[in-house]
Amino acid sequence: MDVKRKLEILADAAKYDASCASSGTEKRDSRDGKGIGSTDAGMGICHSYAPDGRCISLLKILLTNACNYDCLYCVNRASSNVTRARFTVDEVVQLTLDFYRRNYIEGLFLSSGIIRSADYTMEQVVAVARKLREEHHFRGYIHLKTIPEADDALITEAGKYADRLSINIEVPDEGSLKQLAPEKDVRAIRRTMGRLRLKLDEAREGAKPTPRGRTAPRFAPAGQSTQMIVGADSANDATIIKTSANLYGSYNLKRVYYSAFSPIPDASRSLPLRAPPLMREHRLYQADWLMRFYGFDADEIVAGDNGMLSLDMDPKLAWALRHRDRFPLDINRASREDLLRVPGFGARAVQRIIETRRISSIRVGDLAKLHIPRNKALPFIVLPDHRPAVHLLDSTQLAERFKPKAKQLGFAF
Amino acid sequence: MHTITLDGETDFDGWRKAARLLAMNGVAPADVTWIVAGGDEPELFPAAQNTPLEDVRGTFNVPAPFVALAKTVILHRDPQRFALLYRMLWRLRGNHDLLQLATDPDTSKLESMAKAIRRDEHKMHAFVRFREIGREPKSHFVAWFEPDHHIVELAAPFFARRFADMAWSILTPDLSAHWDGHKVSFSPGVDKSMAPSSDRLEEVWLTYYANIFNPARLKTKAMQNEMPKKYWRNLPEAALIKPLIDKAERVTSEMIAAEAQEPKKPQRREEIMAKSHGTASAEQFNDTSLAALRDEAADCRACPLWKDATQTVFGEGPKQASVMMVGEQPGDKEDLAGKPFVGPPGQMLDKALKEAGIIRDKVYVTNAVKHFKFVPRGKFRLHQKPATPEIKACRPWYEREKALVKPELVVAMGATAAQSVLGKVVPIGKTRGRVIDLDDGTRVLVTVHPSYLLRLPDEDAKAREYENFVHDLRIVAAHLSESARAA
Repeated sequence: MDVKRKLEILADAAKYDASCASSGTEKRDSRDGKGIGSTDAGMGICHSYAPDGRCISLLKILLTNACNYDCLYCVNRASSNVTRARFTVDEVVQLTLDFYRRNYIEGLFLSSGIIRSADYTMEQVVAVARKLREEHHFRGYIHLKTIPEADDALITEAGKYADRLSINIEVPDEGSLKQLAPEKDVRAIRRTMGRLRLKLDEAREGAKPTPRGRTAPRFAPAGQSTQMIVGADSANDATIIKTSANLYGSYNLKRVYYSAFSPIPDASRSLPLRAPPLMREHRLYQADWLMRFYGFDADEIVAGDNGMLSLDMDPKLAWALRHRDRFPLDINRASREDLLRVPGFGARAVQRIIETRRISSIRVGDLAKLHIPRNKALPFIVLPDHRPAVHLLDSTQLAERFKPKAKQLGFAF
Repeated sequence: MHTITLDGETDFDGWRKAARLLAMNGVAPADVTWIVAGGDEPELFPAAQNTPLEDVRGTFNVPAPFVALAKTVILHRDPQRFALLYRMLWRLRGNHDLLQLATDPDTSKLESMAKAIRRDEHKMHAFVRFREIGREPKSHFVAWFEPDHHIVELAAPFFARRFADMAWSILTPDLSAHWDGHKVSFSPGVDKSMAPSSDRLEEVWLTYYANIFNPARLKTKAMQNEMPKKYWRNLPEAALIKPLIDKAERVTSEMIAAEAQEPKKPQRREEIMAKSHGTASAEQFNDTSLAALRDEAADCRACPLWKDATQTVFGEGPKQASVMMVGEQPGDKEDLAGKPFVGPPGQMLDKALKEAGIIRDKVYVTNAVKHFKFVPRGKFRLHQKPATPEIKACRPWYEREKALVKPELVVAMGATAAQSVLGKVVPIGKTRGRVIDLDDGTRVLVTVHPSYLLRLPDEDAKAREYENFVHDLRIVAAHLSESARAA
């Protein structure tokens, strides 16, 4: 099998992992003339976009799609009939360098099916990173999938070479993980995340400038992330968000990715085969943002008996409509915390408001310059030249205003 | 009227010099015309008509961010940029805060122009595609790119930092950048026909692009927001976009409609034995070894705390120890490491033990509750005190540990430990510091939990309480040496 055919199989096998980020690592370059590559401390670079709207930043592949595990949702499960392939370490190294030199990618995201044992698989994955870093002095971005329960020395080595490590939690509920992925053990996944967090903390502490220089070895400067599949089991949004809050707090994750369960070739019979719930996935990302950047607690984001986020409107707007007593808000006086809760106000807009209002008060005509959607925000705010009608906030019509317009059905011909 | 002729489209120094002179001479923005030498703009006012500007000595201040903003905005292709920047400079002299006023039309316009430059630079970093001429290690990598603005000089250092060991050129209609392994140089813009039209890796790259795409999640608008059509003509993979979109729906509906096939090979997995997750009652178990007990406790579901925690944190120490120290529950660090007393209270305990003359390895250390109880708050976890049902549910583990370790003295640190060890709630202040004999022959010493010492805000109180804690531990030390003598 040639490399191109292997790439077809092993890229296809890797695409259900949503992450392709190349952000948040340390600053590096290759100006010393040894090898190639650079990274910036801030955001990563998306070198292309596929028609699914996803960023292509890294060469995202599996080392092999052969797998001992039989996770029902996975295209590579042991009982699937997909064609199997396996890259050699050198093939992945060469492909990464060839793509990188042409500026197609920021680096490599390498994962693998579990073959033989956790340690053997992890060793293979680490061998690729080792060769890239040690032999080719590759300074680009490397994201390695961490195999739960792998030996501590292998994990330490993975962190030495990688910018980011990740372990997927897969589903929020332990019961459904047992059904969907009988070989996976959520306790082992969490223990390994805990180990990563301790090593990350240690490296961060050790990286602080001291007279003796660095006191702890480098360990994955872009931290760790995870992924949850949405819609393969019956977990509701409240459970998913609560699990995310727990994971962010416990393991200091950089990101939790939500991946709408999407139909796969040769799927298992016991799964819902339908179009992926993309809107639900989008709402979960919005809820995740509310927790991380807008000061919301996990348990105030979802309301209602079914524990699901509204698909019709974003979760912040839905929250505001449930808390009308807190509005309208005078944005020339309100605190940052309160401003962050106004529908349509992004974190940047809030920063601009706070800077601007020190100098001059904000009026309706200024909203566009602050990049605030007026129709969304106006019912909730007070400005020197605007006060929403008293009855508007109380009316049941307000929610209707924000729901997407019903589409007129076409006439059958 | 003044006409200023700049040396080039990105002549910041020329603009700065002229702007300073104009401002010092009090020339209002409306009275200045800016043109670029050799540019397309006709020279409406020949230089001869200029009122001479006096070479005024001296200087005036502008906010530092303005200089950075002007350096960026001058790269914009809008011919009005020089005039707009001068107007801002003029206005800033009267109002230093103007740049913070996001609602000012000039500020807003300049910000959005700067944003366009940053985006253009970012997209150039992203969408340049090198094509190889010759073969490594002697090859030369050449790219063709069409930026919106005058950003080649701005964007080139990125490629120099990144591709330091390869010779490369980026050709554009305005300006070309080159790297020879030592320094970046620039030459005039060229025609697209000068750039290579193929590369041996492109077919492989297209294979990757086609296969990393998930046809079940078509979101072409999201793609186009980030990768607008104007870039497509220079991206080799863009040729695939239309065919991939065209067949996406068919591919997806076929996947959904397809009947699952029988797995070809027998599934390798074996049925995993269902583990019993009953409550931990002391009579139920017969295992005698501490290691077996630890394994059993790892699966404990006797209360709901296991759900949010990472793992059961079991006791640690010699199989038989004359002293067993019991804390409240594992904390953040203990939960991650799976070991008791390794976080800040553990360090406090170690320090106090040392001062009291006790070697930690000689004592058995455990907790009354073996899972961490907390609420997540952003990036942190806030410790929660265990409730009585949780203490009760966990007590059998302590009892069984005690039965195996057979300590002569149990040290209960804090209220939770005391409640578990004594089987009832006791006031720590009144109970601490004296040895209590239990009916089963166990001797118990109650003291404070080391985390109590960490929480005290007042340094004096902290020092005093620490001394009291060490004092209690000296009772333990005395006991240890007594039992060592007896042995």
